[in-house]
Amino acid sequence: MATNLQTDFAVQGGSQHLAHEHGEAPARKVMGFFTDTTLCIGCKACEVACKQWNQLPDDGFLFSGMSYDNTAHLGASTWRHVAFIERSEGLPGQGSPRDGVEAGAAAFGPLRPSGQPASTSLLTDVAPSHIEMPVPLGPTQRALSNFSWLMMSDVCKHCERAACLEACPTGSIVRTEFGSVYVQPDVCNGCGYCVSACPFGVIGRREDDGRAWKCTLCYDRLEGGMVPACAKACPTASIQFGEVGELRDRAEQRVEQLRARGVAEARLYGEDAAHQPGTEGLHAFFLLCDEPEVYNLPPDPVVPTKKIADAWYAMAASVVGLAAICLSAVASGGRR
Amino acid sequence: MVVIQGSNMAECHPVAFRWVMEAKNRGAAIIHVDPRFTRTSAVADLHVPLRAGSDIAFLGGIIRYILEGERFFKEYVTEYTNAPTIIDARFRGPEDDGQEGFFSGFDAKKNRYDWETWSYDGVEGVIPAAGHKHAHSDQPGHGGEPATGANMTERHQDPTLQHPRCVFQLLKKHYARYTPELVEETCGVPKELFLQVAETLCKNSGRERTGAFVYAVGWTQHTVGVQYIRTAAIIQLLLGNMGRPGGGIMALRGHASIQGSTDLPTLFDLLPGYLPMPHAVLPDEGALDAYVQNNRSATGWWSEFRKYAVSLQKAWFGEAATKENDYLFDLLPRLTGNHSHMTTVSEMADGKVKGYFVVGENPTVGSMHGALHREGLRRLDWLVVRDFALTETAEFWRNAPEIARGEIRTEDIQTEVFFFPAATHTEKSGSFTNTQRMLQWHQKAVEPPGDCRSELQFTYELGRRLRRLYAGSKDPRDRALQLLTWDYGEVGPLREPDAERVLLEVNGYTVVDGKPVPGFGKLADDGTTACGCWIYSGCYAGGVNHPARRRPGQEQTWVAPEWGWAWPMNRRLLYNRASADPEGRPWSERKRYVWWDAVERRWTGHDVPDFIVDRPPSYRPEPGTVGTASLAGNDPFIMQADGKGWIFAPSGLLDGPFPTHYEPEESVVENPLYRQQCNPARLEWHRRDNPYHRAWRDPRFPHVLTTYRLTEHHTSGAMSRWLSWLSELQPSMFCEVSRELAEEQGLRNGGWATITTARGEIECRVLVTARLRPLRVRGRLVHTIGLPYHWSYVGRVTGDPANELIGFVADPNVSIQESKALTGSIRAGRYSFGRRSVTDGLELRRPEPAPGEAPRDLPGLHAIHRQPPVQPKR
Amino acid sequence: MASKLPILSEWPVLRQLAHGDLTGLGPSAYSSRTRQLAPRTASADRVARSVCPYCAVGCGQLVYVKDEKIIDIEGDPESPVSQGCLCPKGAATFQLVTGDQREKKVLYRRPGASRWEELPLEQAMDMVAERVKRTREETWQERLEDPASALHGHRLARTLGIAHLGGATLDNEENYLLKKLYTALGIVQVENQARI
Repeated sequence: MATNLQTDFAVQGGSQHLAHEHGEAPARKVMGFFTDTTLCIGCKACEVACKQWNQLPDDGFLFSGMSYDNTAHLGASTWRHVAFIERSEGLPGQGSPRDGVEAGAAAFGPLRPSGQPASTSLLTDVAPSHIEMPVPLGPTQRALSNFSWLMMSDVCKHCERAACLEACPTGSIVRTEFGSVYVQPDVCNGCGYCVSACPFGVIGRREDDGRAWKCTLCYDRLEGGMVPACAKACPTASIQFGEVGELRDRAEQRVEQLRARGVAEARLYGEDAAHQPGTEGLHAFFLLCDEPEVYNLPPDPVVPTKKIADAWYAMAASVVGLAAICLSAVASGGRR
Repeated sequence: MVVIQGSNMAECHPVAFRWVMEAKNRGAAIIHVDPRFTRTSAVADLHVPLRAGSDIAFLGGIIRYILEGERFFKEYVTEYTNAPTIIDARFRGPEDDGQEGFFSGFDAKKNRYDWETWSYDGVEGVIPAAGHKHAHSDQPGHGGEPATGANMTERHQDPTLQHPRCVFQLLKKHYARYTPELVEETCGVPKELFLQVAETLCKNSGRERTGAFVYAVGWTQHTVGVQYIRTAAIIQLLLGNMGRPGGGIMALRGHASIQGSTDLPTLFDLLPGYLPMPHAVLPDEGALDAYVQNNRSATGWWSEFRKYAVSLQKAWFGEAATKENDYLFDLLPRLTGNHSHMTTVSEMADGKVKGYFVVGENPTVGSMHGALHREGLRRLDWLVVRDFALTETAEFWRNAPEIARGEIRTEDIQTEVFFFPAATHTEKSGSFTNTQRMLQWHQKAVEPPGDCRSELQFTYELGRRLRRLYAGSKDPRDRALQLLTWDYGEVGPLREPDAERVLLEVNGYTVVDGKPVPGFGKLADDGTTACGCWIYSGCYAGGVNHPARRRPGQEQTWVAPEWGWAWPMNRRLLYNRASADPEGRPWSERKRYVWWDAVERRWTGHDVPDFIVDRPPSYRPEPGTVGTASLAGNDPFIMQADGKGWIFAPSGLLDGPFPTHYEPEESVVENPLYRQQCNPARLEWHRRDNPYHRAWRDPRFPHVLTTYRLTEHHTSGAMSRWLSWLSELQPSMFCEVSRELAEEQGLRNGGWATITTARGEIECRVLVTARLRPLRVRGRLVHTIGLPYHWSYVGRVTGDPANELIGFVADPNVSIQESKALTGSIRAGRYSFGRRSVTDGLELRRPEPAPGEAPRDLPGLHAIHRQPPVQPKR
Repeated sequence: MASKLPILSEWPVLRQLAHGDLTGLGPSAYSSRTRQLAPRTASADRVARSVCPYCAVGCGQLVYVKDEKIIDIEGDPESPVSQGCLCPKGAATFQLVTGDQREKKVLYRRPGASRWEELPLEQAMDMVAERVKRTREETWQERLEDPASALHGHRLARTLGIAHLGGATLDNEENYLLKKLYTALGIVQVENQARI
C-alpha cells in the first residue's frame, strides 16, 4: 500500500474519510472524545501532544504538591490536563485484584485507539476463541487494600449546549460542522464573558494577548482528516476520538464489561442529555470510577443561559400575571 | 500474565505499556512488584510492595514454590534445560555446611570465584554464551589445544532428575530455605500476597499459557544485579516460558540506542558482537590463536568464534590484515582488568586520566556520586563535551555546589573544555537498536544548524585529522591508525560520511568484490570476508537497508517481520525453537509460533526460526561431536555450549552459578540467610571521598533510599529539563515519603526536606503519599524514601541531583552501580549546605562507625580491599 | 481597496440564511481564517520517517519539513511498535530539536577561565586532534611494567590517559566508528550509559 503520510488516516468510527473540501455543506458527523479513565496511565502525552500541535506556551513551573499534577487545571494554555487522585479506597483491577471474577469471564476486545485502524493486528493470527481468558488471582489479598490512584485526562467538553458559545457577544465562538465548539482567535476581543459562563472552568484568557483560548478539538487537523493530537498520542487508548454516537455505544459496553469484572463503580459522565440535562450532553464525555466531584468535575453542571431562560419565563409569567391583575383591577374598577 | 518487577513500565516506557494494557484488556493478569505504588501499579491487577534490594529472596521463594509443588513444566525442563546435568562432585553451595553464604571456589586474595568446581561433571571447562568468557584465563592459551569443552556431548545427565548432584536437585537444595515465611521476613511482603503471585504465575504457565517477566534498571542497579535477572531466568525455564510467545524476560532499556551501543559496543570489555576485548594474558606469538582458544567453545554456536574475530579484523584493517600477519590482531590494545566507568572516574579523580570525551551523556547528574565525577573532571587536562545544550558536565567548572560554597575556585580549575554542539536525530541518518534488538533507520529531515554536527562526522573528522598527524610515523604503535579502513564517502552539503556505508561494513562483505554478505552464516575465518559486527550481519543483505524497511504494521502478521530488522537474522523472538515440543510440534495451538515442517523438512512459523533451519528434531550428535553439529534437534538454546537453558551457570558469572540473596552494600537489616552480609564478589572503591555507611542498621542513616525516573523527564534531564512542555509537568526535585514517615519526621506535603548520606546532602520538595508505606522487615518497620534523579544546577528547571547521595559500589559482573537500594536520612526543612564528601563534608559522616562493626564480609574469609585504597587529597 | 469592502454575500443575515444557521452560532459566523483552516502538515514539503530519540521502545516518528524547517513531529501510525502513539517526551521532540536551548556554536573554556568563548569548528577539531595525539604519546603503555604481576612484560599497546563516555543516545553507526577509532588509537576506557 502506498503510504500517504501527508494526510494521516480515516477518522475512527466513521467509514468515510474526512476530506478537506471547503464550501461543502456542513453534513459531517458530530465528533468528540470518550475518555476512559480506567485505561489512563497518567503519562501526560496528551498534554504535551496538545502543546506541540497547538504550539502553546508553558503554564509556569510551580510544584503543586498535588500528587503528580503540576499543571493543576485546564486554562488558556493547557487544553488537556491530567488529574491525579490518590483515593483512600480500593478499586478492583487497579493495583488490587478484581474480586469475585471467575475464569472465563468475558475478556475485553482489543484496545481501540482512535486515529489508527483498531489495533487488531494482535488478533490477526489468533482466533477469537483463543483470546486469553483471565485466570483469577486467587483469594483476595490486597497490599494497599484501601487505596487507588485515579487518573483522568480532562479536556473541553464541547457541550451540546455550550455556555461559552452562548455567552460570546462577538461571534468569536462558533459551533463547527463537527459539532465542536471553536474559539476564532481572529475574532475574539478578550471580553471574557465565556470564561465566567463555562460551568467546567475550561476556557481561560491568556495574560499576554488577553484573548480566550481552549481546546479546538484540533479543528485544523479534522479539516485535514487527521485525528486530534491528544487522542493520537495517547499510548493506552484512554482518549478515544470518534463519532459521538459510536463512542457512546462503545462507552456503554465498556461500563458493562467493567462492572462484570467487578468494577462496580464504573459509570459514564455527561454522555447524553438524559444524564446531564444542564449541558444537554457532552461531546467529550468520560468513564469514571467514582463520583464526579472526586475528579474535580461538577456533579450537575448547568449552562447559565438555561437559567436565564428560566428567569425569562418566570419574568414573562409574572408580567402576564401582573397584567392580568391590572386588567382585572381596571375591569373591576370600571364597573364601580 | 505479566509480572513487572524492577521496572516502572507505565512511567518509563509508556508506549510499550500499551501492549501490557492490551494484554490486560484481553484477560491477562498484570502484577507489579515494586517498593512504590507507581503509575504502573495503578493499572496493575495487583501491586506487591517489597523492600528495595530483596528481589532474589522473593523470586527465590517462587522457585521453591514451583519445585515443592511440582509445578514446573516437566517435559520442557528435562529436554530444554540443564536441570538433568550432573555437576562436579567438588561443588558446594552457600547452603552447604560451613559455606556461610559462599559458593565453592572463592579466592579471598583475588576476591573472586574460580569456576573449576562449578563445572559439568566430566567436562573440562564450559564457555558461556554471555558474560565473562575468559575471566580465568590467567594462563595464555595455545592455538593447538582442543577448544574448551570438547567432550560436551558426553556430559553426565540424569533425565529422571533424581541424581543428588544433578542441577535440579542442587536447585531444590539451594532454595529450600526460601519459604513464604522467609520471603515475608526479608521482603516485607505478607505471606498470602507472595503466595498469590506464585500461584498466579504457575497457573498461567504451561502448554496452553505463558507468562512474561519485565524488568529494567530496578533489577540491574544492585551489587547482585545480574543475579536478579538470573533468578527470573530460572523461574521462566522451570515454567517453560522461554522462547515462547507471551513468555520470556523483557529487558526494558532506557535510551534510544542503548542496545546498539552494547552490541556495537562503546564498552571497555567488548568488541562488536560480544567478542571480548583482548587481554594482556595473550602471548606475543600466536596471540590470535590464543585469543580464539580462550573464547571459543568446542560446541554450540560459539564454536564459530574464529570466523567472527577474523572477519572483524578484515573489516577494520582491510587488505593489510592477512593470514601471515595474524590479521593484525597484535595491533589491538589489551586489558589488564576492570576499566569500567567507575574505575575510570576514580582514576581520573587521582589525576591518572588526562583527556575525556563525553558524548551525549551527562555523568555529573546521571551517574552516581556527581561530586566525585566533578573532582575527576577538575583533574583532567582536557575535556570534550558533545551535546545539544550546555549540560552540568560541560559547566562543571562554574556550576557546582563546591564552587558555590567557595571550596573550589573556578580560576584554579585548569581543565581545558571544548563544547561541540551536536546534531539531533532529525539532522542525521542512521539506525537505533531498540529494546527488542530491532534496528530502525531514521532519515535525516533537515541539515544541522550552525556548528552542530553528527557524532558520525565528528568521529570521522577526528580520525582523518589524527591519521594526517600520524601519517609519517614509523612507530609501530601508530600502525593500527595508519592501516585502519576509514573511507565512508562524503555526502551532502556538509560532506558527511555516508552512514549506509558504515552499515554495509557492519553487515559484512566478501573481500573480493565488496558485495554484502547475506548473513553471518557466510562469514569465513580465512580472510575472504569482512564483517564489523557478526550479530548484525544480514541487516544489509542484498544491498538493502533492512533497518529502513517500513511495511505498515497493519499489513503484516502480528510479528511484523518487515518493519525494521532484528538481530540476529531478523529473528524477533530468541530461542524460539523452544516454542515447539521436542518433536517439533507446537506445545499448543494457542501458543503456536515456530515448528518443524515434516514435509518440507525445515523449521518454519510466524518468525524466522532461531535454529539451524534444516536440523530435524530427532537429530542427535554422535558422542564427541564438536562445532555446530553438536547441537541436537532438541537443543533450542543454540548459543550455549550444550544447547540447553542454563538453570545452573557453570561459567560466565563472577558471583555464583545460582542466585542467592545478599543484602545491598548499605541495608537496614542483617542478611537473614547468612553471616556473609553482601555479595562477596562485589566491587568497592575504598576512597576517603567515597565513604560507605554501616552495612546494616546505621543509626545515622536509618531509611532506605531508592532512585528512579518519571515519565515527564529523561535521565539527567539533558533532553527534558530544558524543554518547557516537559519541565512544567515536573518542575521540581522532590522526594516521596509515606504518611507514617512524614508524621515521624514532621515532613509537610509540598514543604521541603533535607536528605543526607555520607557522600552528600540535598534538599527537595516533599510529596507525602499513601503510595509509599512502611514495610515490616525482620520485625522492624522500614521506611523507603523515593528520589527521582532528573534535576541539577543548569537548565530551565533546576534542583538538587539525587545521584550526589550515592557512592561507588558495583555488581562484579557488569560494574553497574547500586542506586536502587541504599540508606540515608531525612529531616524536614531546608538544611542542606551543599556539602560533599569529596570536598569537605566530613561532618556528614559523623559519628564514624567503629571499625569492624556490622561487617559486610566474614572475618578472615575476605580481603578488605577490592580496589587499592587511596590517600586522602584534602 | 475593493477587497476591503464588505461583500454582500458576507453580510451576516444572508450567510445565516444561506447556511440555514438560524442562531448564527455556526458556519455563518466563521471568519475567513476559520474557513481556510487546514493542518500545517498539509503544507509540508516532505515527511521524514524517524524514530523517537528518548527511551529504547523505538516508537515511530514522522518529521514534517517545510522550507527546510521542521514544522511538526508526531507518531507514525504505521509502526507496529507504537501505532502512532508517543509518550510526553516523544511528543515533545519538536521542542528538543527546534528549541532555543540548543547551542549552535563551538564553545571553548581556557584553563582557569571563568567564561566560555567561541571557537571556529575547524580550529577546535584541530586542537582536539592535537591533544589526543599529545596525551596518547605521553601516556602510552607498550608493555605491562609491573614486576609484581605474572603478566609483567606482556603487550598492552594502549593508553589509559584518555577515556570516553557516551553512546546510548547515538546511532549504531556512530558507536561503531567511535569504538573502531578508539581501539585503533589504543584507547580502552570506552564506556556508555549501558553501564549506568
